[in-house]
Amino acid sequence: MMNSALANTHVSVVDVWKSFDQGRIEVLRGVNLQVARGEILALCGVSGCGKSTLLNVISGLEDVTRGQVKVAGHEVTNEAVRVNLLRHHIGYIFQLHHLMPDLTLRENCLVPLVATGGNRREGLARLHELAAATGVEGQLGQRVRELSGGERQRGALVRALMNNPELLLCDEPTGALDESNREKVFELLLGLARVCGRTMIIATHDPQIAERCDRTLRMRDGRIVGETTR
Amino acid sequence: MMFTNLRRHRVRTAIGAAGIALGVATMLCVVGLLGGAVKMFQRILNNDSEIVVFEKNVSDLFFSHAPVAMAGRLEKLPFVKNAQPVLFTIITAPDRPVITCFGIRASDPRLRKAEWLQGQAADFNDNGRGVVLGERAAEFLSAHAGGTVALGQDTWPVVGVVRIENGFENGGVFMPLAECQHAFHQDGVCSVVTVALHDGKGADDVKRWVSAEYPKMIAMENEEFNRSYSQFKIIKTTAWVVGGCAFLLGGLSVTNTMILSVFGRIRELAIARVCGFSRSQVALMILGESLLISLFGTALGWALSAAGLHLLRAIPALQGYIEPRIGWMEVAGATGLAVLTALAGALYPAVYSSRINPAQALRFE
Repeated sequence: MMNSALANTHVSVVDVWKSFDQGRIEVLRGVNLQVARGEILALCGVSGCGKSTLLNVISGLEDVTRGQVKVAGHEVTNEAVRVNLLRHHIGYIFQLHHLMPDLTLRENCLVPLVATGGNRREGLARLHELAAATGVEGQLGQRVRELSGGERQRGALVRALMNNPELLLCDEPTGALDESNREKVFELLLGLARVCGRTMIIATHDPQIAERCDRTLRMRDGRIVGETTR
Repeated sequence: MMFTNLRRHRVRTAIGAAGIALGVATMLCVVGLLGGAVKMFQRILNNDSEIVVFEKNVSDLFFSHAPVAMAGRLEKLPFVKNAQPVLFTIITAPDRPVITCFGIRASDPRLRKAEWLQGQAADFNDNGRGVVLGERAAEFLSAHAGGTVALGQDTWPVVGVVRIENGFENGGVFMPLAECQHAFHQDGVCSVVTVALHDGKGADDVKRWVSAEYPKMIAMENEEFNRSYSQFKIIKTTAWVVGGCAFLLGGLSVTNTMILSVFGRIRELAIARVCGFSRSQVALMILGESLLISLFGTALGWALSAAGLHLLRAIPALQGYIEPRIGWMEVAGATGLAVLTALAGALYPAVYSSRINPAQALRFE
């Protein structure tokens, strides 16, 4: 039973501490977290509580000060592991789309393909499939600066899914969108995660979004202070 | 990706490429111009011969004193076809303070091979006083065959005007050797003796003979002389140093371009990292962009230098004097330097970009 639970663990965070400014600012204080494969987890809390930093240490974008982070059984300890995870295993979506404004949406979405040196024809086929699923197929040839906020965020979603990740990390993915787009993008995200059985960790302070996730963890001052399972 | 990045920042790319282009063009023009000048000097000395004999330990061939009698003795050696004594001097005319004067024999290939515009080769003889003028010298001295020309302290009859490809010779005065020696108080001596060999063989024998018979003289094969003559070395070194400085400026322009490029897209580079780019991929991308800029710049520099040298050839004051010419070695050298400069210039931006912390870069959005 124990082994089965361990095998099903997709993300494991054990006693993780993270501080900045030579230890003067502690952002994560002994965080422990296990996320099962296919689970949709919401991280809630006010700004500055450590949600984004927790996502960053899970992806390896930030090194931990102390503790251990494992993703799919790999301990995120060095550059090689981090690069491998980001190339093949993790998709990251931010509050802002972070697309390059003077490139077309197609060019933006193919950036992960450049990193892996993957087959261009297969990459383009996948791009069109994802663009159709997210409703931006007609915008692929347009420059990002010509797109609406919702289209840009859906484009960012396509880019994050290009490497067919098993784990989606979303940092306030709907935070910069108006209400109608917020709902559409979140539905899309949820659908794409559930259909493929992806694990998703979503940092949000929107209670309506958190309520639709399998589990919600509440964070305060760098600690997990509460949990709700649905 | 690299092409796309350069295309997105066209102005920045153009400025970087322009820096390299100016470096390449300056280097090729300077090297071509000075290299052409060296070639001209070399051709004056080579004079249809394989060996040049001159006095040891002189800083300039104008100060060399070689006995003319040596030429006669050299010609008696079995492997020597002919030996020509040449006296180099500077002579003045009323409006021209510096004119190169060549004291030569009538049998010297310079005049034999020249195109005679006025007069004929037979009019120039070893025992006469008549001088032959290069075409340009005749122009600026307003002289013609059959007339006279005031040179130095005397007036000389002009027996011919010749057209010679070599600008220095075309702008010079040819005087019978004996007259020249007398006029410049150099009786019995010349500056150099050029030696032509039968089938080009026997150079070592000539060198040994000169060393044994005239210990104060030295015989060198043309190639050897061209390599070791300090004046040529100075000119060539100057060309490469001036060209190198131009490249340094070009390199700074690339560094500046690449630093601006990196600082202006820190978030983009951070996103590239989030999308799976490794540190080395980011660094290589910056180095690759710089390399592409340098290749664009080099191609542009080639075109600019070709145009520049074409213009230099067309300048009347330089026509015939200096023949700007660029060889494959110079082109390859300039291209190699452009690539090295670009890579060196992009090193700091590349290292900086590879060290960007993506989380921090995105946090400060």
